[in-house]
Amino acid sequence: MIQVDNLSKYFGHVGAVKDLSFSVNKGEVVGFLGPNGAGKTTTMRILTGFLPATEGKAQVAGLDLSKYPLEARRLIGYLPEGIQGVPLYHEMTVTQYLSFVAEAKGVKKEKRKATVDSALESCGLVGVRNRISGKLSKGFRQRVGLAQALVGDPEVLILDEPTIGLDPEQIIEIRELIRKMAGQRTVILSTHILPEVSMTCQRVLIINEGRLVAMGTPEELMSQTKEANKLNLTVEGPPEEVRQCLNGVPGVVRLSLQGEQGNQTTFLVETDTQLDKRRELAAAVVNNGWGLLELKQVSANLEEIFVKLVKHEGGE
Amino acid sequence: MTGLIPIFKRELRAYFRSPVAYVVIAMFLLITGYFYYNNLALFSIISMQAIQNPSLAQELNFTEMVLNSVFRNMGVIFLFLAPLLTMRLFSEEKRTGTIELLLTWPVKDLGVALGKFGAALGLVVVMLALTGTYPALMSGLGQVELGAIFSGYLGIFLMSASLIALGMWFSSLTENQIIAGTLTLVISLLLWVIGWAGTFIKHDLMRAVISEIAIAGHLDNFAKGVIDTRDVIYYLSFTAFFIFLTLRSLESRLRRV
Repeated sequence: MIQVDNLSKYFGHVGAVKDLSFSVNKGEVVGFLGPNGAGKTTTMRILTGFLPATEGKAQVAGLDLSKYPLEARRLIGYLPEGIQGVPLYHEMTVTQYLSFVAEAKGVKKEKRKATVDSALESCGLVGVRNRISGKLSKGFRQRVGLAQALVGDPEVLILDEPTIGLDPEQIIEIRELIRKMAGQRTVILSTHILPEVSMTCQRVLIINEGRLVAMGTPEELMSQTKEANKLNLTVEGPPEEVRQCLNGVPGVVRLSLQGEQGNQTTFLVETDTQLDKRRELAAAVVNNGWGLLELKQVSANLEEIFVKLVKHEGGE
Repeated sequence: MTGLIPIFKRELRAYFRSPVAYVVIAMFLLITGYFYYNNLALFSIISMQAIQNPSLAQELNFTEMVLNSVFRNMGVIFLFLAPLLTMRLFSEEKRTGTIELLLTWPVKDLGVALGKFGAALGLVVVMLALTGTYPALMSGLGQVELGAIFSGYLGIFLMSASLIALGMWFSSLTENQIIAGTLTLVISLLLWVIGWAGTFIKHDLMRAVISEIAIAGHLDNFAKGVIDTRDVIYYLSFTAFFIFLTLRSLESRLRRV
């Protein structure tokens, strides 16, 4: 649905996006992750046809944005981040605004009311439909922005920081809304909130300093960056003996003491990447008559991966 | 021209949803009404004197004496009002960020520019229509020349279109309304007064060029009731040129982002 090939964007000598390539399939929800200033917004602006690319090609549904801007834009709903929150025409009521959007997007007169009503409905705006949009709270304005993107029923949604500035309850609602769209619409959303990505997206693109550093499902990314199997092990027994015994288990690479509480000792056990050593470790502890209190696999979370990737890239 | 009609409607409504339109219209009517009343009062004094002097009476022209200077004054008033109407056109959208939405909808830049231009000009038409009461009142008092009145309105309309196009361009350059307004005011003022310099310039060609560039000279003919194609073409090309520059400026979005 979305195809980006070797996209670069320079502002003068400053490269905001450098040689970026990726593709998004129809019905996929893809998260765009990166620290501030990584080039997320610029990429989105190119995809929506607001900015021209310096080099490379961006296509939406097979339409090159530089050659068929109007046709491509017709397929896209866009929620910009905005400098002062979601950009709205403050003097209009929510319904007036959305009707104007429908008209500007070229929705046929007889379909306008229906598309506005369904956008109001799905963003939970029915109660405020006749309020002046400039006087709404930030959360509602964000929803109006999202409703605006939904007007005209576009196949592709590009959402720049859709949950920024919302309270936790609203964040959950918006995420729910995005999740519901999966399968029907293709969604790209940018964020720097990591849990959001694992919650809403099927695939993640991590970019840093304008370059793609990693791409995959959240699970894939987690397993990719796992350097060794890490296990948390708490044993009840004499610490020194336990340590020696565990060191003797084949496949254990490193053993480090995490904590000690009376007779209980917690170790961080690192083992060979491929092998699952939980059985052997448990057996070793139990055979010695000690108490096995906890044995848990530690997997790197998205946050660690992110920090690792971004730092690695920055260090080069 | 996709987008022209919705944007035109939205912009025109935006003028009327805020107090802008009402204040500008009211102040415009106040000051033109003052000039109109003065001219009418002056004319009634002169025509009293003309009762004793038949040769003077021959030369008196009701329409010209009352409305000619009203039209010229309207030109000066629009010089000051046009920046107030145009300064928000693009600057506000740039400041609030709505321009990013507007330009990512399936609308053409030309549609956007003409929609906004049309809305500002539409407001001018409303203002001019309201001054239609002046000749209407005059027609109850004496004979008015409809041709001359039409010509005067046409001139004002064309001149306002030029000033609005100029102002729209400045507005598309900056997100600061004050800057857009000031530039529009000063540049149009300069284009107005440059005609006065014509008298000091010795070089023939230079003098001709300068007086042709001046925005005011072209209005004089219209105010007198003369529709000269040169003047029409001047205003139309002036307008088209600045609409073209606005499109260029929309295209180079790089400057702000």
